[in-house]
Amino acid sequence: MNKKHVVVSKAISYFLLIFLALVMLYPLLWMAGGALKSNNEIFGSINLLPKNPVFSAFQEGWGGSGQVSFGRFLANTFALVIPTVLFTVVSSVLVGYGFARFDFPFKRMIFTIMLSTMMLPATVVIIPRYIFFSRLGWLDTYLPFIVPAALGCYPFFTYLMVQFFRGLPMELDESAKMDGCNSAVILVRILLPLCKSAIFSVIIFQFVWTWNDFFNVLIYISSVIKYPVALGLRLSIDIVSSNVHWNSLLALSLVSIIPPVVLFFSAQKYFIEGIATTGMKN
Amino acid sequence: MKNKRRKGYAGYLYILPWVIGFFTLQLVPLINSFAYSFTSFSILGSPEFIGLENYRKIFTTDPDFLQSLAVTFRYVVMAVPVKLLFALLVALILNQEIKGIGLFRTLYYLPSILGGSVAISVLWKFLFMKDGIVNRFLSLLHLVPLDWLGNPRLSIWTIGLVTVWQFGSSMILFLAGLKQIPKVLYEAARIDGAGSMRIFWKITLPELTPILLFNLVMQTINAFQDFTPAFIITQGGPMKSTYLYGLMLYNQGFKYFKMGYASALSWVLFIIILFFTGLSLKSSSSWVHYGDTL
Repeated sequence: MNKKHVVVSKAISYFLLIFLALVMLYPLLWMAGGALKSNNEIFGSINLLPKNPVFSAFQEGWGGSGQVSFGRFLANTFALVIPTVLFTVVSSVLVGYGFARFDFPFKRMIFTIMLSTMMLPATVVIIPRYIFFSRLGWLDTYLPFIVPAALGCYPFFTYLMVQFFRGLPMELDESAKMDGCNSAVILVRILLPLCKSAIFSVIIFQFVWTWNDFFNVLIYISSVIKYPVALGLRLSIDIVSSNVHWNSLLALSLVSIIPPVVLFFSAQKYFIEGIATTGMKN
Repeated sequence: MKNKRRKGYAGYLYILPWVIGFFTLQLVPLINSFAYSFTSFSILGSPEFIGLENYRKIFTTDPDFLQSLAVTFRYVVMAVPVKLLFALLVALILNQEIKGIGLFRTLYYLPSILGGSVAISVLWKFLFMKDGIVNRFLSLLHLVPLDWLGNPRLSIWTIGLVTVWQFGSSMILFLAGLKQIPKVLYEAARIDGAGSMRIFWKITLPELTPILLFNLVMQTINAFQDFTPAFIITQGGPMKSTYLYGLMLYNQGFKYFKMGYASALSWVLFIIILFFTGLSLKSSSSWVHYGDTL
């Protein structure tokens, strides 16, 4: 290949990359602009920026269902997501440590089972789980999200931690053991401080997935006062189709994606590392 | 290395949370849903054994089943390959010495973060409705506007675009795989005078096949169960043209509370997914290249 050839193919590459980025991001930018547009302007125009920015959409939308405000939906989402994330971290660290640092009978088989549950379709267990949780009186609470997290039902994260622990030298454990530390102390004092980036990956992935989850909140949460944003937004679709304040629906959609987007931009390194170390998901 | 690991039963203590979770929330429910599938069971009553009746109904009298299955197949067969193709192509472009690769990677990955959320489904509705911006663009380009969501022949593809739009996470995996291909392989091929197409087919693609397999299996499993976009954007319509399997399951189980029937449906889907996963994994020995690099 001569030099000219290289320059041309590079130029084509950049053109394709930029064009694709514009096409992909245009909808999101349009949503951001649309939230500031008047109701009429939404339908008429492909422009990203509103002619006369109005903030009324946010005020109208914020009222939520009339009785429950959108602020409450946001607060509910945090109340659901934060404990789910915390327990995911605890369980994946413990279980990951167990698999990575101990030898015990049937370990290979058990580990294979754990990995294969990654491929178990959620739909095939959802009905018995629902019945089980309803018998425990857990419907319309956040327990169907928190308890599975505490019991390591997200094998992806356990696998992520296993992979990370395996990358840490055994000599660390050895010397600590010589100093008389037991396995719990070794985990907490020696290994955990080194796991920060893996733990961070677990936190942000689980935060985003739980934040966006719609199917599970749809089946488990029934009272409006406990709705997270996913359900609040769906409620707003119904409200908007009667009062046709379409711009407020866009405004609420925008608000609902801000937390995951902010998290993504501030911690993208961990997303990319996390996904590349374990190789997974969506 | 291995013998330095602690032996004995202490490890069980650490994996105990998962063991409890596996039995109570995965294994027992899996068995239960199989058992429920032979019963008539509304959530209020107790299950009543009816033998193969649910399965008989699914395969002979339920008009929705075949429709839903056909829609779901169309969706999976379109969305997964297109998504992976996009992911691979963009990864290949980014793998050249591109300035600002970090920025592109971030931008392309962003949709994967938002993907299945209700907000994106709402946005899709705005984009693709009759007087939405996609049609605006088409008419600016002097093309015929389409009824993206109202035309039953088109609607499932419009839903599929939500999935394709999220190619970023698969792309990241391909990119990580590309970085691991040893440079010496390329150098050797160039010395032998291989052209860039030949290098792609003989080196790059074979070296990427393990990641391709992984992406294919996981994306297929997920796509068979997709729910939110079809539920929010089209509610399965028009004329059940976007009535994905997940929607049918939701309706039977959580709208009509036919837990037995829904369990049978979930097992049919499970078998289908197992079949495809098994097929991919079994066939992999003939197309997946397990070199010493991965």
